[in-house]
Amino acid sequence: MRSDRSTTAPLGLKIAAIGGLAFLHIPILLIFLYAFTTEEKSYQFPPPGLTLQWFAVTWNRPDVWAALTLSVKVATIATAIALVLGTLCAAAVSQTRFFGRETISLLVILPIALPGIITGIALRSAFSMADIPFSFWTIVLGHATFCIVVVYNNAVARFRRVSGSLIEASMDLGADGFQTFRHIILPNIGTALLAGGMLAFALSFDEVIVTTFTGGQQSTLPIWMLEELIRPRQRPVTNVVAMVVMLVTFLPILAAYYLTRDGDQIAGAGK
Amino acid sequence: MTAAVLFENVSRHFGAVKAVDAVDLEIAAGEFFAMLGPSGSGKTTCLRLMAGFEQPTGGHIEIFGETAEGVPPYRRSVNTVFQDYALFPHLSILDNVAYGLMVKGVGKDERRKAAEDALAMVKLPGYGQRRPGQLSGGQRQRVALARALVNKPKVLLLDEPLGALDLKLREQMQEELKSLQKSLGITFVFVTHDQGEALSMADRIAVFNDGKIQQLGTPEDIYKRPQTRFVADFVGSSNVLSSAICARLGVPAKAASLRPEAIAIGTSWAEQLSLPGTVTARSFLGATNRVSVDCNGEKIIVASPAAMPVPEIGADVQLAFSRNDLHLMEEA
Repeated sequence: MRSDRSTTAPLGLKIAAIGGLAFLHIPILLIFLYAFTTEEKSYQFPPPGLTLQWFAVTWNRPDVWAALTLSVKVATIATAIALVLGTLCAAAVSQTRFFGRETISLLVILPIALPGIITGIALRSAFSMADIPFSFWTIVLGHATFCIVVVYNNAVARFRRVSGSLIEASMDLGADGFQTFRHIILPNIGTALLAGGMLAFALSFDEVIVTTFTGGQQSTLPIWMLEELIRPRQRPVTNVVAMVVMLVTFLPILAAYYLTRDGDQIAGAGK
Repeated sequence: MTAAVLFENVSRHFGAVKAVDAVDLEIAAGEFFAMLGPSGSGKTTCLRLMAGFEQPTGGHIEIFGETAEGVPPYRRSVNTVFQDYALFPHLSILDNVAYGLMVKGVGKDERRKAAEDALAMVKLPGYGQRRPGQLSGGQRQRVALARALVNKPKVLLLDEPLGALDLKLREQMQEELKSLQKSLGITFVFVTHDQGEALSMADRIAVFNDGKIQQLGTPEDIYKRPQTRFVADFVGSSNVLSSAICARLGVPAKAASLRPEAIAIGTSWAEQLSLPGTVTARSFLGATNRVSVDCNGEKIIVASPAAMPVPEIGADVQLAFSRNDLHLMEEA
C-alpha cells in the first residue's frame, strides 16, 4: 500500500523559496519607499521622514516630461514599424518556401542574440559612414531592429498554426488577398501580434545600450534616470518616476494577459 | 455541349518532377467524376489545377468553356471541399458556411438564410451557433460540404473527402454524396486513393499513375477490363497472368488479367479453363478466404467464399475459371 504523500513541502524548501522571492522583490519595495523620503541627497536607511512633496516636484520638472514623451514616441513608432515588418516577414517565412528562407529567419532573429553593445556600435558606425545625423529617427531605427524580432517570433509561431489550407479555403470561397488577410489571417494571429507588440514596446521603453549609441542629444527615460542617479540633488524624483512607470506598464501587461488567455473566443467575437 | 472541365495536353512540372504530364481530360456537365490513384500520382495536382491553386506549366484548361489559366481561385466558379475540411476555427458554423456569400457582399439576412438552408441540406440544422472544434469529424465534413455548395458552384471539387472518416460513416457519406449530386445536378470531381470509393460513387473514373492517366472509363470498364498491369493491380487487385501462362491456357496474349473472385478452387468442368498449382498461404478476411497459389513460379491470388472449404498450405489444387473472366491486355 502506498503511504500518504504529504502535500506540504519541507520547511527548508519553504524558507528557501521565501528567501528567493524576497531577494527579487524587496529591492523594488525599497524603490517605492525612497520615493517618500525627506532626505534628498543619499538613500539612508531608515528614511529620516516621509513626505509626498516629490510627486509635486516631479510633476513640475520639464526634463522628466521631455524624457517620458521621447520614450513613448520612440517605443510607439518602433513597435509600429516592427508590427508591419515582423508580420510580413513571418508570413513569408511560414507560408512559402524559397531559396534562403532559413538564412533570412536566422538573420531576423540575430539582433536579439547579439549583445546590445555590438548592435549599437554597428549602427553608430553605419550611420556615421552614411552621414546620417543622430536624431530621434536613428533611435527609432535602432530600437526597431530588436522590436521586429519579438513580433516576428510571436507571429511566426502563430502562422504555423494557421494551416495553409485555411488561406486556400478563403480564396476558394471567393475572397481576394486583402479579404483573406482581414477575415481569416488577422483574427487568427491578432492576439499573437498584440502580445508581440506589447513586448516590443516594453523592450524599447527600457532600452539603454543601443540608445546611447544611436541617440544624439536626446535622452530617453532610462537614460535620463541613469544620469539622474549620478546627481546628488532631488534623488527621490527618480524613484517617483520609477514607481509611476512601473504602475503604468503593469496595467497593459495585465490587460495583455487577460486578452491572450482566452484569445480564441475574442478573435472572432466581433462577427 | 460544353464540357464542365477540359484539359488539353496539360502539364504541371515542379523542376524535374512531372506531377502532371500531358494529360487530356474531358469531364461532362453533371457528371460524378473520380480521379483515382496512389499518392504522388498527380490526381491531387489535377484537382488543384482546376481550383486554381496551381497553374499549368503547359497545355490549356477550360472550365465550362472559359479559359482557366491565369484566373485566380477567387474568380473561378468552382468550390473545394478540402481533405482536412479547412473550417475557419475562429468563426461559428453559420459564419463559416456564409463566408463565401459575405466576401461577395451578400446582405446579412440573405446570407444567414442561405447558410441555414445549406446546413439543413447536409442534415445539420440548428448547428449554426457552434464552433468547428465542437463538431465530430463527420459533422465537420458536412459543414465543409455546405460551405462549398452554398456558393452554387458549377463544379464541386472534393479532395479525399471521406479519407478521415471511419468505415461506417464513410459508407453512409458515399450514399449521401451520390444522392446530393443527383438532386443538385452539379458536376462533382473527387480525388481518392480508395478504389472501392471510386467504383461505388463515380459515373466515370480516371486512374492516375506517374502524372499520367492510365485508363479512363466507367467503373465496370475499369474493374473488369483493365488495360494496363497498373490498373489491373491497383483497381481490384487483379491477378496479371504472364504470356507463358496464357500460352498454356491456349490463349495467345502478352498478358491477361484475372480477378481473384472469378477463380474457384478444385472444381472445374468442361467449358472452364484450369491451372494446377500449390497453396502457399491463406488468410481469413471475413466474407472470403484469401488463398495464394503458386503456378509455375507465378503467384495467383484467389478470393474464395468463406463457405467453401479451404485447402491446407502445401496442398496441390486445380484453379478453375471461365474464359470470359480472363481479360487480355495490350501490354505486359
